[in-house]
Amino acid sequence: MADALLELDDLAVHYQVGSRFQGGVKALKAVDGITLDVKPGECLGLVGESGCGKSTLALAIMGLVAPTRGVIRLEGRALGARPDRMETARTVQMVFQDPYASLNPRQTVRRTLADPLRLHGVGDKAEIEARVADMMARVGLRPEHADRYPHEFSGGQRQRIGIARALILRPKLVICDEPVSALDVSIRAQIINLLMELKDELGLAYIVISHDLGVVEHVSDRVAVMYLGRIVERGGWREIFENPRHPYTRALIAAIPDPFRRSAATADRKARGEIASALDPPPGCHFHPRCPLRADVCATQAPALEPIADGHLAACHFRDRTG
Amino acid sequence: MKGGTSLWVGGGLVGLAVLVGVLAPWIHLTDPVLAANLMNAEIPPGREFPFGTDAQGRDIYSRIVHGARISLTVGVISQIANTLIGVTLGLTAGYWGGWWDDLVSGLTNLMLAIPSLIFALAIMAILGPGLTSLLIALGLTSWSYSCRIARAQALSLKSQGYVQAARILGYGDLRIMFTQLLPNMLGPLIVIATLGMGGAILAEATLSFLGLGIRPPYPSWGSMLSEARDQITTAPWLSVFPGLAIFFTVLGLNLLGDGLRDILDPQSVARRT
Repeated sequence: MADALLELDDLAVHYQVGSRFQGGVKALKAVDGITLDVKPGECLGLVGESGCGKSTLALAIMGLVAPTRGVIRLEGRALGARPDRMETARTVQMVFQDPYASLNPRQTVRRTLADPLRLHGVGDKAEIEARVADMMARVGLRPEHADRYPHEFSGGQRQRIGIARALILRPKLVICDEPVSALDVSIRAQIINLLMELKDELGLAYIVISHDLGVVEHVSDRVAVMYLGRIVERGGWREIFENPRHPYTRALIAAIPDPFRRSAATADRKARGEIASALDPPPGCHFHPRCPLRADVCATQAPALEPIADGHLAACHFRDRTG
Repeated sequence: MKGGTSLWVGGGLVGLAVLVGVLAPWIHLTDPVLAANLMNAEIPPGREFPFGTDAQGRDIYSRIVHGARISLTVGVISQIANTLIGVTLGLTAGYWGGWWDDLVSGLTNLMLAIPSLIFALAIMAILGPGLTSLLIALGLTSWSYSCRIARAQALSLKSQGYVQAARILGYGDLRIMFTQLLPNMLGPLIVIATLGMGGAILAEATLSFLGLGIRPPYPSWGSMLSEARDQITTAPWLSVFPGLAIFFTVLGLNLLGDGLRDILDPQSVARRT
């Protein structure tokens, strides 16, 4: 594990919500004890419904929210101290979901890309110029459009600018938070392919966060499935998609629209009802109210994330039951 | 071209006022303070005195020309002070939050609860009349509007993706405020600042009218109005011309503010071209 690019050890982020005057302060456990690692050059898919804590996890890794407990290690160094903020910026970057809100409307593409370089001590004007032009070309934008403002680009092009911004400091790990879910379906494949090309060209590692298993299936080497702040199953791409052991993973896979899969076989696997509130999660296994395999033990005892096979872990009391 | 029209009309009116103020010593007809001649008292507008004369026989036109200097100085300088104070407090309060936000918001509410004119009156009463105390009184008392706007904008902008991206890229707080937040809140701030300039000119007029601003015999538009109120039925030109000067300058500033907001928004430029 020493060679991991990113390691999370029992990471938790709890938000204090409410006030003393309105029903009391409660802890919202957005992320509750996550252990993960990402190796160089690897793509980890992080899947889950809205509100399961995926984006909070990303913000915690980026240092935008403070963890309540646990450790984040980047290339072996524990994060948290302020002086290594710049170092962190050169190692991990992020691609945002909404290409309309994630670009400063008053900055040209050139400024968006050149300012971070200047900030990180690239002083030579010619070099900045060359790197901006090179990065624009890599993400499929015409370098002569560098002096345009974001509103002059389409959604897909804006996302390309967002990717260029994330890559301009040559990071090793890029967190893509729903990188295509705000885009037109026709553009999605282009952006996903671009991300994959850049990964190979630049030797990047990705964490691709998505609620859409179809996207994750396409890009990931390994997959982690989150439910209400916890990881319920993780493992290699093939194990997760061909031999899912947690009923929630099965439900997510059954929910992928696919004309070639027989719907009758998967209908009974779909999760019923809505995701529970993270403010008041069900006792025991968080998933049990929606689970087709529910037993009495599920309501009292939270299952631990335990291995089924090498590198394939699931947090279910019935993890050995297949199908 | 809607933004264009108000920009040009507003800019023209304000530009005219500035020009008049700057050129005052060359375009006045008589000395605004010393050329009193009781033989010429209260002459209606005519060939010799285009705007008429006051009770002391001084030329109203010359006094208005000189009054422009005071009104514009007060408007511009006090509004620069207000905007600097308001934006600094509001931007930092909105961005940092926490106890600083509580403190600034409390202070803003306090300032809004006390009518700023009453506050300015109190400061003037302590400092005494005069241009300097007028600038201090007006420059310190109406920053609450720009502070509110800046705080609200900072609150809504700081959760935008590009602000988060800037933090991730290693930008410091000050750099984020200057490069990411401030440029995106300029529009409403400029409108508030120019509206406030008109307000400051009116406040100067009010304070001078109440006898706390510019002291006679020196001319300011407000003090001229104040002196003219007794003769409003017998010599209306004494109050009409300073009133029109205030009206057109404030109108010009408001139009200018509107026009500037339009051209400062890069998206609206694209829409027009």
